[in-house]
Amino acid sequence: MPTISLRVNGGVHAVDIDPETPLLYVLSDELHLRGPKFGCGLGQCGACTVLMNGRAVRSCITPVGGVTDAEIVTLEGLGTPAKPHPIQQAFIDEEAAQCGFCLSGVILSAKAFLDRNPKATDDQIRQALAGVLCRCFAHARMFKAIRRYENTRHI
Amino acid sequence: MTTGLSRREFLTGSGALVVSFSMAPLLEPLASGQGQFDTHMSHINPERLDSWIAVGADGVVTAYTGKCDFGQGMYTAQTQLIAEELCVPIDRVRLIQCDTSVTPDQGTTSGSQSTPTNFNSSDLAQAAATAREALINMAAPNLGVPANLLTAANGFISAKGGRRVSYGELIAGKKFNLALDLKAKRRPPSEWTVLGKPVPSLDIEALVTGQFEFVHNVRVPGMLHGRVVRPPAVGATVVKVDEGSVRGISGLVMVVVRKNFVGVVAEKQSQAITAAAKLKVVWTSGTGLPSQKDFYDYIRKQPSRDVLFVDSQDVKQQLAHAATVLKATYCHPYQAHGSIGASCAVADVHADTATVWSATQSVYPTRAGVATLAGLPVDNVRVVFVRGSGCYGLNGADAVSFDAALLSHAIQRPVRVQLSRADEMAWGENYGAACVIDQRAGLDATGTIVAWECQPWTVSLGGRPGYDRPGNVITGALAGYPPQTVAPQASSQPQGELRNGNNAVPSYVVGCVGGKCGGTGTVRSERVLAHTVNSPFFTGPLRSPLRLQNTFAHECFMDELSAHAKADPVAFRLRHLREPRIVEVVKAAAQAAKWDARPAPKSDLRRGQIATGRGIACVAYEGDNGYVALIAEVDVDVESGRVRAKRFVLAQDCGPISNPAGMRNQIEGGMLQGLSRALGEEVTWDDRQITSTNWSTYHSLPLGIEVPPIDCVLINRADGSAMGAGEIVITVVAAAVGNAIFDATGARLRQVPFTAARMKAALEARS
Repeated sequence: MPTISLRVNGGVHAVDIDPETPLLYVLSDELHLRGPKFGCGLGQCGACTVLMNGRAVRSCITPVGGVTDAEIVTLEGLGTPAKPHPIQQAFIDEEAAQCGFCLSGVILSAKAFLDRNPKATDDQIRQALAGVLCRCFAHARMFKAIRRYENTRHI
Repeated sequence: MTTGLSRREFLTGSGALVVSFSMAPLLEPLASGQGQFDTHMSHINPERLDSWIAVGADGVVTAYTGKCDFGQGMYTAQTQLIAEELCVPIDRVRLIQCDTSVTPDQGTTSGSQSTPTNFNSSDLAQAAATAREALINMAAPNLGVPANLLTAANGFISAKGGRRVSYGELIAGKKFNLALDLKAKRRPPSEWTVLGKPVPSLDIEALVTGQFEFVHNVRVPGMLHGRVVRPPAVGATVVKVDEGSVRGISGLVMVVVRKNFVGVVAEKQSQAITAAAKLKVVWTSGTGLPSQKDFYDYIRKQPSRDVLFVDSQDVKQQLAHAATVLKATYCHPYQAHGSIGASCAVADVHADTATVWSATQSVYPTRAGVATLAGLPVDNVRVVFVRGSGCYGLNGADAVSFDAALLSHAIQRPVRVQLSRADEMAWGENYGAACVIDQRAGLDATGTIVAWECQPWTVSLGGRPGYDRPGNVITGALAGYPPQTVAPQASSQPQGELRNGNNAVPSYVVGCVGGKCGGTGTVRSERVLAHTVNSPFFTGPLRSPLRLQNTFAHECFMDELSAHAKADPVAFRLRHLREPRIVEVVKAAAQAAKWDARPAPKSDLRRGQIATGRGIACVAYEGDNGYVALIAEVDVDVESGRVRAKRFVLAQDCGPISNPAGMRNQIEGGMLQGLSRALGEEVTWDDRQITSTNWSTYHSLPLGIEVPPIDCVLINRADGSAMGAGEIVITVVAAAVGNAIFDATGARLRQVPFTAARMKAALEARS
């Protein structure tokens, strides 16, 4: 199997893997990252989301062979429990989770969108999250947390 | 009990990684008798304090619970409980959840029973109270002061004047060696400093930073990856498995066939996926399925097992004399748990022992199932709970635990099984049951209900595997163990006292059984006859099982009666309720919503494209496990048929609130989950198989929706019994929304989900 070089969360990793393998399995099985989750394997729910050069990408349908040049960031690459990223802090402040399995999709999709659209309206944020699911339906808090993050950035 | 040493040693490791740990020291001879909760004998005796609480020499309190957290907040709330009763800060408590090696058998974490079980005067709460009193008694000779003059605070027992001794010094890591004291006093709610206070979820930092270990993240040395190959049609059986079809697939280790269970094991996950997709299996064509279009009629034609919940035996006569008799039929579809993460488990089965890391709600019953499937004595199997994604009931967690056990058993190495989305939604889980519910009631000339008859019909196949029915979920059935089916049986007269765990009996009747009236209402002439028939699909508890379906029918029908009597829906309910606690939540919700008292529907119907209305629904959850009233305000787009919730106002009484922050989170989530289920969620099928197999065919409200404001009145009955709060709100959402739609449009939707197409059809039928 070919060796593939990946840039993930600021580190460089060499992995022997079939380049067709979805990125998600490399992140979770080879690099043992817990942030991106298997939700559907179809790109429908968002649980596997990672940032790739700042854009939200669904790692469950992204072949690893095509992302070797990209800078990949997972939920754990954003911040740590001791030093969370401001958007993670906003989710902590709003207690915006129940089971928390969907959070890669929610947090990273929102961050990627707001980084590119700093003055987004509520409707635009909703539209950006139209393809993200949370089955515990913590929607209200999550939306508040995203708004809180957006507001703290403009102080 | 096990030795303190082995328990402690085990506990210092991350549960998931300690695989080489010998089972032997953990398994002592059976010490206890038949447990409570209908559980079986366990080596951990729930009557002994050491089964629940250990205090280390460092003063850290370790508590062992059989009720676990799936995101509903039980981890945090139980930690608060221990901190409160033992008078230590929250960060001095370690809670160990659901592990058959170390936690007592508390059956299943379900049915909103964790709070009633562990927060009242038994089990975990009582153990903590016992431990506090024991520590005080131990301190008395140590300090030379009588126990009644000592107080516990902050991990110390103190006497007046400041002399004190720490818990760690007192117990020094030894066992208590005491029985659970049922007379030990709980700390009074008026003195609570931790319990009853809003405590943010203790796992939130780990969750938002991607550090939290879900069962999906469990990795053990030497672990392989498995996938399952489910039948292509309901009832299809294996004719032939062509192993040659996958020969040469890189990394493939084994094809496993056991009767109709088929799976593959490979070195890497993507290899297992490839092998599962390419494996050629010849199946029989299956049994065929009844048409979905006519399914509700089909249900009524099947032989049924009947239960008569109440029967005053005068309903016929009362209806004959009534001024008006109303009849209506309500339909509720199969719905999926639809966990965001398709289920996953890891099993490590050897010749004589097995360990399974599982997100099951029922570690002990799952242990029994694994033992059966792996042919091992139950004591040689250990099931360790590791949280999965939110389950809301019997999702695929049990089935995938069995999948992993079968594959690992075949290969005698650890195997992780991840179900695909389609595996989960078509074959992994036990759906919430479809129901068709016939209502009939009479009104007298003054608009008072004089008689109420209800006949709910529901479907059943399988369910929780329990201790002896692995076939109640798909994996066990495929492997040759039959699921529980419905044996038709006529009903007999109700005995004992009113049982209303499924809310089959409406809130408005007196609920008299054997001369004792356990219902919450006033209608004396009553009859509720429930029918259960065999289901073509596996069914099981889904958040507020049957309570939601029955309440949808009762509360919408109550609205129909109210409209017919030209009465205000709140006032009409209050006229027919007598239980003060449900009366109070109805009044509180109406007041908070500034309810405009008038009959429904609105008088100014059919103006403009957007119709606006409000509706109320209430329930005494399970008859007596929590009280809720919900007012929904909706917009209906009369051209598109689209329904949008505009506002929710809720009043809830679940006794003393353990964690108001957690409860609010549960309320908000339950409300929106209920809305999603009311508006769009429906399991679908064709003539052979399930067709709602992913998120494009099973419709869940995404993050992109406009979330309606949610106002909550939380009635904190500090001196009452603690009740469950996780399922109560969702029970009334479809009814409140349906009633609001009627108020807005005059069109009554009697079938969930309220899709745009159904809404439009109802609007057209109205005109």
